Amino acid sequence: MRSLGLDVLWKGKNFLRLLGGLWVAVRISLISVAVSIALGLVLGVLVTGQSRVLKALFRVYLEIVRIMPQMVLLFVVYFGTTRVFGWDLSAELSAVIVFSFWGAAEMGDLVRGALISIPRIQYESAEALGLSAGQAYRYVILPQTVRRLIPLSINLITRMIKTTSLVMMIGMVEVLKVAQQIIEANRRTSPNAAFGLFAVVLLLYFAICWPISRLASYLEKRWA
Amino acid sequence: MKKTSKLLALLLIGALTLGALAGCGGNGDKSAAGNGEKSAAGDGFRTLDEIKESGVVNIGVFSDKSPFGYVDENGDYQGYDVYFANRIGEDLGVEVNFVSTEAASRIEYLQTGKVDIILANFTVTEERAEEVDFALPYMNVALGVVSPDDAVITSLDEIGPEDEVIVISGTTAETYLEKNNPEIKLQKYDAYAEAKTALENGNGAAWANDNTEVIAFAIENPGYTVGIPSLGSADTIAPAVTKGNTTLLDWLNDEIVALGEEEFFHADYEATLLDTYGADYEDTLVVEGGAA
Repeated sequence: MRSLGLDVLWKGKNFLRLLGGLWVAVRISLISVAVSIALGLVLGVLVTGQSRVLKALFRVYLEIVRIMPQMVLLFVVYFGTTRVFGWDLSAELSAVIVFSFWGAAEMGDLVRGALISIPRIQYESAEALGLSAGQAYRYVILPQTVRRLIPLSINLITRMIKTTSLVMMIGMVEVLKVAQQIIEANRRTSPNAAFGLFAVVLLLYFAICWPISRLASYLEKRWA
Repeated sequence: MKKTSKLLALLLIGALTLGALAGCGGNGDKSAAGNGEKSAAGDGFRTLDEIKESGVVNIGVFSDKSPFGYVDENGDYQGYDVYFANRIGEDLGVEVNFVSTEAASRIEYLQTGKVDIILANFTVTEERAEEVDFALPYMNVALGVVSPDDAVITSLDEIGPEDEVIVISGTTAETYLEKNNPEIKLQKYDAYAEAKTALENGNGAAWANDNTEVIAFAIENPGYTVGIPSLGSADTIAPAVTKGNTTLLDWLNDEIVALGEEEFFHADYEATLLDTYGADYEDTLVVEGGAA
């Protein structure tokens, strides 16, 4: 336990490279999270409507997302579209598509769950107060839904951030890959570097996920 | 009060989204893959002329397999494969765009034309040759056996009926010995570190693994000798291109033959592998001019 090999962090541009890798992971997940929340809200509201066709379609979509490992989806979008359609999507675009595809489905289901958990009486009371259907949604249902959604969506968001490490399979160099590169490049001189570097990566992920989780509990309190 | 906090939340979300989008568009994508000119699809690969015209050759390498392909502390690609890749770029008269590949995605990259050449310690096998086209080899790999200096094993016959040989589960060494020398007792470990400790503690008479691994081990750990540096069917490592990309394949083959005349791969070995494997194994590992 004499050395955790943390000195390799300060060699050359190593630490900057790690931060650069973290930025890649954060960039992909933030864009995907934004798209997922937007699409998920729309999907969730649509699915709780009357249309059976929509419900069935969403069910199929959700099952596909649940069954397919994200890595398979990445391969399908990045390599598959080139094979089948001859498109040449960049690795980053492919990653955003896959993570949004995944996020929108799960988010949609969370929204659906939150919406149907609002008791019938809330709708009826709103109507009794003379609110229109739109007003009822805007002032009564949605605020309660959003509050129920926060803890659930935070789980999804942090899971998405951590899963971005898979993009190394399609050639993107994100924080975990940079860490592996640094460990390997110094395998002979600092064999202990793995432990220290993975600890640093853990701290970096924490630094990203913790504020999100703080923000969530803050919002939960304010909106309670 | 409630309204302001909601507004605040909305603003935050908006700012995050904008920031993310701006970041995406702004900083010129440095993260390999996806940049560099691509083929006009269709046949799924770029011919030699198309590569030269575009001014960029996309080469898939490992970014975390020192000393063959790795990234140094300044963020530059280095290693035995990379040294060769840089020479290819130089002789083609184009820039090299390195794409970080994983073992599992090497074939996929070639089949979709997302890279022009794979130079990622790619061992030639029959199965792979059906999927991609291999050029002439530039390195040998085989199995090796390392044993303590005081009881060096230089041939498998020297292993007595009571001796056990250490192997790592799932490696070529395990498969080879089980198939060809079933009489040898094996001691199996799951990880490199466990096998290493076992040999150091004298649990086994010798350790069989890829020869690059055992050679590196013997150099790092005094008191051990690689008695059998090359065992079993020798495999080779070669560049690979998309199946059917004959113009590029022919150019690579000519290049490898031409480089043999100036002993290029010996220079490559001395620049990148000497520290890890020492001078003794230069001729065991290096293939010059494509001749095995």
